[in-house]
Amino acid sequence: MDIIVENLTKTYGSQKAVDDISFRVKTGEVLGFLGPNGAGKTTTMKAITTFLVPESGNISIGNFSTSRDPEEVKKHIGYLPENNPLYTEMPVIDYLAYTAELYGIPKDKVRERILEMVKVCGLEGEKHKNIGELSKGYQQRVGLAQALIHDPEVLILDEPTSGLDPNQIIEIRELIKRIGKEKTVILSSHILAEVEATCDRIMIINKGKIVADGTSNDLRKGAQGKEILQITVEDGDKNEVFNSLKKLECVELVDFIDGKENSYEVQSTQNKSSRREIFKLCVDKGWTLTEMAVFETKLEDVFRELTMN
Amino acid sequence: MKNIWIIAKRELGMFFNSLMAYIMIIAFLGFSGLFTWFLGSDVFFIKQASMESFFGIGYWTLFFFIPGLTMRLFAEENRSGTIELLLTRPVSDWQVVWGKFLATLILILIALVLTLPYYFSIASMGPIDHGAVWTGYLGLILMSAAYISIGLFTSSISKNQIVGYLIALFIGIFFQIIFSFMAGYTTGFGGQVLDYLSVSTHMDSISRGVIDSRDLIFFLSLAFLGMILTEANLEKSRL
Repeated sequence: MDIIVENLTKTYGSQKAVDDISFRVKTGEVLGFLGPNGAGKTTTMKAITTFLVPESGNISIGNFSTSRDPEEVKKHIGYLPENNPLYTEMPVIDYLAYTAELYGIPKDKVRERILEMVKVCGLEGEKHKNIGELSKGYQQRVGLAQALIHDPEVLILDEPTSGLDPNQIIEIRELIKRIGKEKTVILSSHILAEVEATCDRIMIINKGKIVADGTSNDLRKGAQGKEILQITVEDGDKNEVFNSLKKLECVELVDFIDGKENSYEVQSTQNKSSRREIFKLCVDKGWTLTEMAVFETKLEDVFRELTMN
Repeated sequence: MKNIWIIAKRELGMFFNSLMAYIMIIAFLGFSGLFTWFLGSDVFFIKQASMESFFGIGYWTLFFFIPGLTMRLFAEENRSGTIELLLTRPVSDWQVVWGKFLATLILILIALVLTLPYYFSIASMGPIDHGAVWTGYLGLILMSAAYISIGLFTSSISKNQIVGYLIALFIGIFFQIIFSFMAGYTTGFGGQVLDYLSVSTHMDSISRGVIDSRDLIFFLSLAFLGMILTEANLEKSRL
C-alpha cells in the first residue's frame, strides 16, 4: 500500500508545524525522515496515523483516506510513537494479546502471532514480566512487537532505535530492512548513519517544509555537484604543479592543503571528473602521484547546509 | 461491540491488578455494612426491616468512590502517552469511552451484588418492601452511571489523576447536594429546575419503589452528556 500525502498543513498556534508538504511512499520502500527537532517529522507521522487531524490536505493509505475511512486506515498501520508509550503495569504477553484482539486477529491465531512476535523481537526471556520491569531496550522491542503484531502493510516508526545499545540498534535495523522489503515504511531518526543504512530514500524536513528528497547519493550530489579531489604530487616544483593543475580544462579551483607538504585540493567543473587528466599530467611531466582521494561529502554536511539558517 | 468489551476487559483487569477494585469493594462493604447494622439509624435502631439506611450510605460512598475509580482511566493514558496508541488502533473514540465506562459500571455492579446478603438477612428478620429494595438498587446503579460519566470526562481533561478526582467531586457535589439545597431557597420555575437537577430528588422518588420516566431520563441524560463531552474532548485532542 502506498502512502500518499498531499498538501498537508498543520498549525500549532501561530506556528506552522507542517507547511503544505506532499510526497508519496511506494510499497517496498523505506523512507527515512530527517530534520532538526521541531521540524515537523512527528506531526507528519501523527497525521498519517490519524492521531492528528490536519488543517488542510489529504492523506491516503492505499485507497483509504484518513479523513473518510479512519478505521480502515488504522487497520493497515503499525505505529511506534515517539517515546514508545506502553502500559507499564501489564505483562508483555497480555499487552500483545490485548493489542492483537483490538486489531481483530482471530482468536485461534492470536497465540501464534504473539509467539512469532516474541521470537522476531527477541522477547523470549521477558514475555511474562511486567513491561515496567523491562530495560529501555526491551521496552523498545515490545513497542516494535505491538506495531508488527497484525502484520500491517504500512509501518510508521518514530525514532525506533532510541535508547538501544549498539548491538540492539543493528538488530533492529536488520529487522526493519527485512520487513521493509514487502511493506511501506516511514521512520524518523536523528542518527544520519542509521537513516543511510536502513532507508532506500531520505527526506529532510526543515521548518515544516521538505528541503531534500532522494537517495543518500542523490542528496550528496545535489548539495555538492562538483567533484573534490585531494592529491599529493611529489618530485615537482610546487608552483609549477599548482599552475599546471589550474590550466587543466576540467579543473575549476586548485588550493594548497595547509600543513600537508605537496598536497592540493582540486575542484572539478560541474559534472566532470579530472582524475584521468591529473594522472596524465603527472606522467607527462615526470611527477610522482602518491595520493589521490575523492573527498566525500558527508550526509552530516548536507544536513547542516539544508537546515541551518 | 466487540471492541468495547476488549477495552472494558483490560480496564477491569487493571482495577483488580492495581488493588483499586479490592480496596473499593472492601471499603464499600465496610462502610455500608457498618451503617446498615451498627451505626446511626441502623436496622436495630429503627426496628424496621428496611434497607433505607443502606441506600442512604450507598448514596454517599459511591459519590466519593466513583471519581476515585474513574480518575485513572484517561488521565493515566494522557500522562504516559498510551492514549496515542489506543486512538490509533482500529477502534472509534466512542468505543474507547464506552469500554472504560462499562468496566467501571461492572465493578460497581460487583460491589452492589456483594451487598445482597444484607438484603437477604434483613428480609429474613421481618416484612420488607421488596419492590423498594430493587428500585433502590436500580437508583444506585443509575446514579453510578451518571457519576462515572462525569468522572470519565474530568479524567480526560487532565494528565493528573488527582485533578481529575477533585474536579469530578466539584461537579458532582452540585448534583449531589447543592442544587437541592438551592432549590429550597428558590421559588417558581427556577426552583423546579434546581429540584429536577438534584440527584437526591430522583433517588428519593426511585427508592420509594416507583420508577418514573422522569427519573430515568434524568440519570441517563446525565450519563450520556458526560460521555458525549468525553468523546468531544478526545476529538479535540486530535486538532
